[in-house]
Amino acid sequence: MEPNLNYIKKLAAGDRSFEEKFIQILKKEFPLEEAEYIHNISEKNLDEAALNVHKLKHKFSILGLEEDYELAVKHEEALQEGNTVWEKDFIRTLVKVEDFIKTIQV
Amino acid sequence: MNCIIIDDEATARAIVAQLCTSIEDLDVIEEFSSAIEAIKFLNQQTIDLIFLDIHMPGFTGMDFVKTLKNPPKIVLTTSDQNFAIESYEYESIVDYLVKPISEERFKKCIAKVKNLMERPSLVTEQGEGSDAGTELYINIDRRLIKLKFDEIQLIEAKGDYIEIITDTEMYRVHSSLKKIKDKLPASLFLQVHRSYIINFSKIIDIEDNSILIGKSVIPISRSNRPELMRRLNLL
Repeated sequence: MEPNLNYIKKLAAGDRSFEEKFIQILKKEFPLEEAEYIHNISEKNLDEAALNVHKLKHKFSILGLEEDYELAVKHEEALQEGNTVWEKDFIRTLVKVEDFIKTIQV
Repeated sequence: MNCIIIDDEATARAIVAQLCTSIEDLDVIEEFSSAIEAIKFLNQQTIDLIFLDIHMPGFTGMDFVKTLKNPPKIVLTTSDQNFAIESYEYESIVDYLVKPISEERFKKCIAKVKNLMERPSLVTEQGEGSDAGTELYINIDRRLIKLKFDEIQLIEAKGDYIEIITDTEMYRVHSSLKKIKDKLPASLFLQVHRSYIINFSKIIDIEDNSILIGKSVIPISRSNRPELMRRLNLL
């Protein structure tokens, strides 16, 4: 499934200023959370990385990525148990979201 | 009705704020990225409702709830679709919303909050009828239970709760001693200690700095003792 802005557009109900504000926030916040997650994974701070995944999974659900949300849930739980088995799949989702966010025009 | 939003995610705060714009009489007066900041604010401002993210690093939403002495209504927000609501132990927590929050679910939540705000936890029966001013209603598990003043032996403060001991039962209510004191007739009840209000007519005996009421021995604080002694019909 590919990311989309359906939820945000429905919520905005034509309120263009909200859409623009939200996209600006997303463009700013997502890269920071992604970078923090990558840093924590590389430093093997798995509990911290699980917190990052918790926040990132909300963005997946906002962008309509239901399967990726489920993956993030599994990854978060695994990280809390010290397991990185879903790491590569999760990175693929991050790249997909990163690419999508770059294409959104404010 | 005014509210604040507490969430460490800016996107989540923006969504809740947008949802609030769909409710005519709901004003967002502040947004916070941490619960600590919100505590400082709440010490200076009175608000009706808090939208609170549970899962925040460091000081969590539930840590925040535990610190509040007289909390307003709280709606929890969470990204966990399998969220278990053990948080309903707290009377102030009235609902929870799973992200991403739909407008329909949000409106239902606000309707619930408004309904609860119109139905306070402690209500004194007043006005019409021969029983006016003789009883108190307490809200336990959404059930209003009538307590007659003359059946109440004493009330004890227990943290964010009070325990009301009657001749036959004990009730635990999320309230404060100050709130219930305002609802009780001063002619019948007296605060004898910072943690106790007693029904004057239920005193069995008084010995040194304690009072026996039913099976309970209640301490008398030094500051409250003169008023107690003044009201005794001493031979």
